[in-house]
Amino acid sequence: MQHAISISKLSKVYDSGLAALQEVDLDIRNGEILALLGPNGAGKTTLISIVCGIVNPTNGKVSVQGHDIISEFRAARELIGLVPQELHVETFETVWDTVSYSRGLFGKKPKPELIEQLLRDLTLWDKKDNKILELSGGMKRRVMIAKALAHEPKILFLDEPTAGVDVELRKDMWQLVRRLREEGGVTIILTTHYIEEAEEIADRVGVINKGRLILVEEKKELMRKLGKKQLTLDLNDVLETLPEALGRYDLDLENGGERLVYRYDTQAERTGIGSLLADLNRAGISIKDLDTEQSSLEDIFVTLVEETR
Amino acid sequence: MNFEAVKAIYIFEMARMRRTLLQSVVSPVLSTSLYFIVFGAAIGSRIEEINGVPYGSFIVPGLMMLTLLQNSISNASFGIYFPKFVGTIYEVLSAPISFLEIVLGYVGAAATKSLILGTIILATAHLFVPIEIRHPFWMLFFLVATAVTFSLFGFIIGIWADNFEKLQLIPLLVVTPLVFLGGSFYSIEMLPEFWQKVTLANPVLYLISGFRWSFYETSDVSVTVSIAMISLFLALCLGLVWWIFKTGYRLKV
Repeated sequence: MQHAISISKLSKVYDSGLAALQEVDLDIRNGEILALLGPNGAGKTTLISIVCGIVNPTNGKVSVQGHDIISEFRAARELIGLVPQELHVETFETVWDTVSYSRGLFGKKPKPELIEQLLRDLTLWDKKDNKILELSGGMKRRVMIAKALAHEPKILFLDEPTAGVDVELRKDMWQLVRRLREEGGVTIILTTHYIEEAEEIADRVGVINKGRLILVEEKKELMRKLGKKQLTLDLNDVLETLPEALGRYDLDLENGGERLVYRYDTQAERTGIGSLLADLNRAGISIKDLDTEQSSLEDIFVTLVEETR
Repeated sequence: MNFEAVKAIYIFEMARMRRTLLQSVVSPVLSTSLYFIVFGAAIGSRIEEINGVPYGSFIVPGLMMLTLLQNSISNASFGIYFPKFVGTIYEVLSAPISFLEIVLGYVGAAATKSLILGTIILATAHLFVPIEIRHPFWMLFFLVATAVTFSLFGFIIGIWADNFEKLQLIPLLVVTPLVFLGGSFYSIEMLPEFWQKVTLANPVLYLISGFRWSFYETSDVSVTVSIAMISLFLALCLGLVWWIFKTGYRLKV
């Protein structure tokens, strides 16, 4: 099966000696939303920059819909739209001109009706004749998205698109990303610091740390595999210490002895909940209330990054 | 060939000229007019004819070259430096365009601006002094070749520069002195023999001399040498730009 993007043994060592990427292998499927997570300096932006042609790779191969990014750079780049992390905009241009310029730069003939639709979708229509320097930070971010979409790309890179934007714009962007995928079949790769973002919209999650791709996994599968659950039991009476009969369980006494927290693995053959409740009953500990909670993608991410330190 | 991209860059760059009309057009026209008033009318009226050409008319090709060189360099260097400075260069680098198309867009626009200015200066000069163009084809050749070559040179400076000071360094410290000492306002025959020989090392002399020949059939050096020199500069600049894009020098890491 042809992948949207195929990355093989990709490495990048900068002149300073910094190994930003080390033998990264990654296949990105057509029409998926892939979230790349990683701390600052992990190599996310370098990876995107190489695929888009902004940074030269040291080693390895990258192909976009089967087109090599170096020998067939035209065919490869035509398919890609990029929204970079920084707000790089032509300050003195109008919104309309800068978005139209982006379309031309990618070899597409003018299509004013498409630019109009884009600006309307991104609530920029009433600003179309404004110079970019007159726009707010959030509006500039929208302009950058419009520029990246002006040539109707099949693959869209969003490098931390919601960094520093308000909640409303973030929600708008998520909606736009979903619509692009559903209506246009656009493959979307986004890097983010906001785990909730990945949790909200991604199909798959990749974690990068220190230039290495630690894992790529279906989001649901990842949470199922690595996600731990915890059972919280609010007790009727304060418990000074844990009875010996409960010693075999991973239990913590919290909230001054009013709460018992039991952590268990969702992948284990038996969660142990049934026997725990029976043992509690046998020990004469009565329960007022109970609650279960699954660890978030953020917890999983922190755990993974900690493990690779 | 990605013509749409070349067109997009070209139109985008030309739009900058329209936005900064005062700085781009009015300022060079004003400074040229001042040169004519000072050198042509005030001082020039006391200078004898040079090789049978009245002094006011004699300096026209030199003044055009001065404007052409300065503006080609500043337009092209700023055109590529500014996207680097504000970061919008990412878009050009990630677009499906070759180095040749990028150069055609940026350098084409810078050279066009210089040619427009050169024409305006010629028209302005015509208001002050009589002008004769004996070899219109060669005049056009020198005009276009110089505009393109020095726009390429400006493009190279714009890529090399990593701050605004460097952007101004070569035009101010190298190009302007070379133009002034390259026979813009005089014939090198007016210099002592030693300085005549030194001036022969100034590449701009050959451009001005050839250009002046196309006007009045009077030159400091053979016109064939002038044509060879401008062709050599053009080839050198093209070679350098090709190397820049091949290696990604100051553009890609």
